[in-house]
Amino acid sequence: MLSPTILIPTVLNGLLTGAVYALVALGLTLIYGVLHIINFAHGALLTAAMFAAYFAFHTLGIDPYIAAFIIAPVFFAFGYALQRFVIGPASHGEDRNMLLVTLGLAVIIENALLFWFRADTRTIDVPYAFQSIDLGFTFLAVPRLVGFAAVFVVALALWLIMGFTDTGRAIRAVAKEKLGAELAGIDVAHVYAVTFGLGTACVAIAACLLVPSYYVNPSAGNAFVLVAFTIVVLGGMGSVPGALIGGLIIGVVESLSSLFLGESLGQIGIFLIFIAVLLVRPQGLFGAKA
Amino acid sequence: MKAFAPIAVVIALLAAVPLIVHSNVTLNFLVVALMIALAGQGWNILGGYGGQYSFGHAAFFGTGAYVTAILQVRYGVNAWLAFGLGIAASAALGALIGGLTFRSGLRGSYFALVTLAFAEVLRIVASVAPITGAGVGTLIKLDLRAEALQFESRAMFYWVILALVAVALIITHLIERSRFGAWLIAVRENEDAAMALGVDATAVKLAAMTISGAITAAAGCFYVQYFLFVDSGIAYGTWISIEALLTPIIGGAGTVFGPLLGALVVKALGEGALMVVTGEAPGLDLVVFGCVLVLVIWFSPRGLIGVGAELRKRFRRAGTRPVAQEARHG
Repeated sequence: MLSPTILIPTVLNGLLTGAVYALVALGLTLIYGVLHIINFAHGALLTAAMFAAYFAFHTLGIDPYIAAFIIAPVFFAFGYALQRFVIGPASHGEDRNMLLVTLGLAVIIENALLFWFRADTRTIDVPYAFQSIDLGFTFLAVPRLVGFAAVFVVALALWLIMGFTDTGRAIRAVAKEKLGAELAGIDVAHVYAVTFGLGTACVAIAACLLVPSYYVNPSAGNAFVLVAFTIVVLGGMGSVPGALIGGLIIGVVESLSSLFLGESLGQIGIFLIFIAVLLVRPQGLFGAKA
Repeated sequence: MKAFAPIAVVIALLAAVPLIVHSNVTLNFLVVALMIALAGQGWNILGGYGGQYSFGHAAFFGTGAYVTAILQVRYGVNAWLAFGLGIAASAALGALIGGLTFRSGLRGSYFALVTLAFAEVLRIVASVAPITGAGVGTLIKLDLRAEALQFESRAMFYWVILALVAVALIITHLIERSRFGAWLIAVRENEDAAMALGVDATAVKLAAMTISGAITAAAGCFYVQYFLFVDSGIAYGTWISIEALLTPIIGGAGTVFGPLLGALVVKALGEGALMVVTGEAPGLDLVVFGCVLVLVIWFSPRGLIGVGAELRKRFRRAGTRPVAQEARHG
């Protein structure tokens, strides 16, 4: 069981899966870092974006990797509108209400997709779906390698936006000191909505990276959402590097525990880490004290 | 005794329903609505009065259901006793989860997440463990005798669940008027301030979670006796976590009658939505639940029970526009 010919590919595949997890978690942590709420609609938004990518390929013939450049801005706008015109006004500035509103939106989105598209599982058929690169000792699937690379491009772009643009500075100011930022003339409602939009754009890109190698159905996003919560908690709520490193760790843990415990119990490893981190170190590896 | 009059009136009116309505479809609808109300009453103690929003009350519903079923099927325990033990097991689970989470100081989002995770872990374990029947689930043998807590007439089941709801209403009312209830509300409003005044917040929340788990478990135990089947998706599925929090929030969290009102309204709307559409409409009732949840939080944060007060407030504000209030809300 422990021979390196099995172990190394398992770890490598875990890292590749973990990168996409990290991207989903990145959106979640960004929203948490600024709005201080957990977006329970994150998984449902991922599912919605996967359906968008599916139909972009299926009816319009656009490759998912190209479609990402259209779907990401569309979902940015959708996320912006959702926060600005629904979540913000509906929750009256109370954290508890925000939790419930995002939960309500998750229920609405997931079940609306179920109502329209039924529970059927769909897949798309891209030419590179089963291509792989031979490393001599193992094979790595091309779609997952592309995903891995894309995640770091997105993380870099996000880092540039946050560090070097006025919008990024405004977002960081609101995250640190909301009232102070407001007094300095920053439109907090706008910044909240931009942040929510950016988080939603992250899941949209993640969806486009997933669609070539993953099935699409109305509950597809749920498989990722608890994993993403775990990553965010492990890496530290609101920490971007934490989300990246946490994502990779969780990817490896999942593939190793599937190897040793079998598919059905593979996820248990993730939840146990999740509960343990929450109980022992809720601020995570890189987060500030909760 | 006068304080219990509203509860007595509501229960008496509901108890008379099977004497007038004989349709099995309607009675079945009411039984399920009351069962969800009971699950919501459990959530209401911790979430409504204590302000701790659990997103994983399925953990209690499912444990109650499984313990009741497994004790009867595998160990031949009497159904009534199994029912009681199911409730006790969930109360213990509530104390355990509460002890772990509240001692680590988890609040708000973190508490919601960790309860969600506990329910998921239980669901996965139940879907593979042999004792729960794994993927196949557990069936209870049909045995239509009162000793086995099974009845031929739906009306009897209806009165049983109504009695459970009545007990939960009385418990909620007693808590609301007790010192413990005042502590719980103080923790909800401002935990740090409550602690500064000498309230042992951890102990108060722990007790609330234990009671809360026990009440929601009773709904799970009832589910098993009524449908005679349970599997991991039913017992620990997200559906029950969502419905258990939906009903008190929509009806009015932190009120005695909120969960009951919420359950009846929500279930009626769900049925109504399914009637409007011809043919299959999977998920449509849940879309309606989600919309009602968002709209209630948006326009009447105190739930349907608070609609009247909310309207009066808006009306008054529109008339006089006091400056201080504008500043706070605007």
